[in-house]
Amino acid sequence: MENLLKLHNIHTHIGQYHILQGIDFEAKEGEVSVLLGRNGAGKTTTLKTIMGLTPASSGAVHYLNQDITKKPTYDIANLGIGYVPENQGIFGQLTVEENLKVAIRKETPEIMEKQEYVLNLFPDLKKFWKKAGGNLSGGQKQMLAMARAFVNDSKLLLIDEPSKGLAPIVIEKVMEAIVEMKKQTTIVLVEQNFLMASNIGDTYTLIDDGRTVRSGEMSELIQNDELKQKYLGIG
Amino acid sequence: MNQPALLSKQNIIFAILLVVLVAFPFVADSRTLTILLTQIFIFGILAMSYDILLGYTGIVSFGHAMFFGIGAYSTAIMLKEIQPTIPVFIGSIVVGMVLAGILSFFVGLLTLRLKSHFFAMLTLAISGLLLVVAEKWRSVTKGNDGFTFRAPDVFKDRIVFYFCVLACLVIVFLILRRFVNSPLGRVLIAIRENEQRTRSLGFKTLHYKVISSIVAGVIASLAGSLYAISLRFVNTSMMTMDITLDALLMTIIGGVGTLVGPLVGSVVIEFAQHYLSGLARDYPIFERWIIFFGIIYILAVVFFPKGIVGSILTKISKWKQRDQVPLPESKERSK
Repeated sequence: MENLLKLHNIHTHIGQYHILQGIDFEAKEGEVSVLLGRNGAGKTTTLKTIMGLTPASSGAVHYLNQDITKKPTYDIANLGIGYVPENQGIFGQLTVEENLKVAIRKETPEIMEKQEYVLNLFPDLKKFWKKAGGNLSGGQKQMLAMARAFVNDSKLLLIDEPSKGLAPIVIEKVMEAIVEMKKQTTIVLVEQNFLMASNIGDTYTLIDDGRTVRSGEMSELIQNDELKQKYLGIG
Repeated sequence: MNQPALLSKQNIIFAILLVVLVAFPFVADSRTLTILLTQIFIFGILAMSYDILLGYTGIVSFGHAMFFGIGAYSTAIMLKEIQPTIPVFIGSIVVGMVLAGILSFFVGLLTLRLKSHFFAMLTLAISGLLLVVAEKWRSVTKGNDGFTFRAPDVFKDRIVFYFCVLACLVIVFLILRRFVNSPLGRVLIAIRENEQRTRSLGFKTLHYKVISSIVAGVIASLAGSLYAISLRFVNTSMMTMDITLDALLMTIIGGVGTLVGPLVGSVVIEFAQHYLSGLARDYPIFERWIIFFGIIYILAVVFFPKGIVGSILTKISKWKQRDQVPLPESKERSK
């Protein structure tokens, strides 16, 4: 499979702080690539750097063999990268319908088909179609955020901690949805919940102190207790 | 945010209100009240234009009065220098709107890249600059002394002018309602809620903010033109911060992001101004009516943080939710 996204020696500063100090990462087409690491390791900043929200100070981000390092966020999004932030970023005053529609730039038959697909994936959204986004539960907001990023024909989805703050039963639903979405798109996932990450991830990249320390097949990490203990605090 | 159906409750209420306002001059023979209502309509238009900025796009501008002033001066100068006829009056409105549109485009392009408070300060500075230009350019504006001019003869009848302003209000309201309910309006709301998030959905937010700034500027100019006709006088006080503050307070007290709220705000503020200052004849303490006015503002902000209409809408929404089935994921930890 081809590399859809490639990060090479990314350094990112936020103000005076040097957050990312050498991130190398690849996401292959059709796979779920998981970014793992402790709190504050730089996982979220990596996603924000890909989206151009915290632009890289040096290094290169390549997407579909195109250098997108210096591109503005809206251009990156228009190239087909969907982003689901940690706090979901739902527009609370807009209804579920409007939250989805605001993401759809052109109502082509393919996009409408995709909207139908995503609504079948998350039936709750259909149920609360006219309800304001701010009045949804945490799980529903997460589903709406994922649906919104997915519906606009995204070739690559960046999902930041989708299980954060959700009850186990909802996490299960979200996991099922990601597995289903994987059939149609490539996913880069940031996840603290190792059980979830190991269940749905194909490959992993371990980040520590803003640096990539290791990457490989998920099956390899599952069996490597030493690595899990050292970088994730589990064993 | 959806466009209400033609026979929705909301539209029926608006229609009834419109019938009452149309019938008003024929039923109540009060010149004072007719003038006061005309003033309310004009400031209602101004406040709605401000709501597009503040309520729908999340932009706080301290320079909105400059567009109001441009409209007022365009109308006053053209009616004085050309002739006081209806075609010239309409032409002056168009000229004012075009000038306001061009200015708001450049002001927006220059300032909207900045973060909200820096933007607010810069709009204040530009508006101040324009005020100084207007004061110094005495050959055209007559500075702070201002000048009187003749309005078209048809407007000598206050009732005709009342209907003209009411028609403008209704048209502006319908256009703005269509605007905020359009896909473009949805993007503006998205920008207000989370600009970064809107950018990461693929929107070049600056373009949308500039469009919002132009729409608000053009509508404010229309309000300025009508205001100049209502006074038959214009001076630089129409470009001062006081006018912007009035629009801001009308929007906040009525309810930001509701479009109807600023209209309610203009009713409250214009009536309060009128009656509080009128009470001074009987009660000397009301000579300081502006203090009472301040108290009304404080109470309104404390007890109605979402404004009058905003608070009512929240109550209705909560009341509707009470009847709904509990959400399936109610066991989730609160986030």
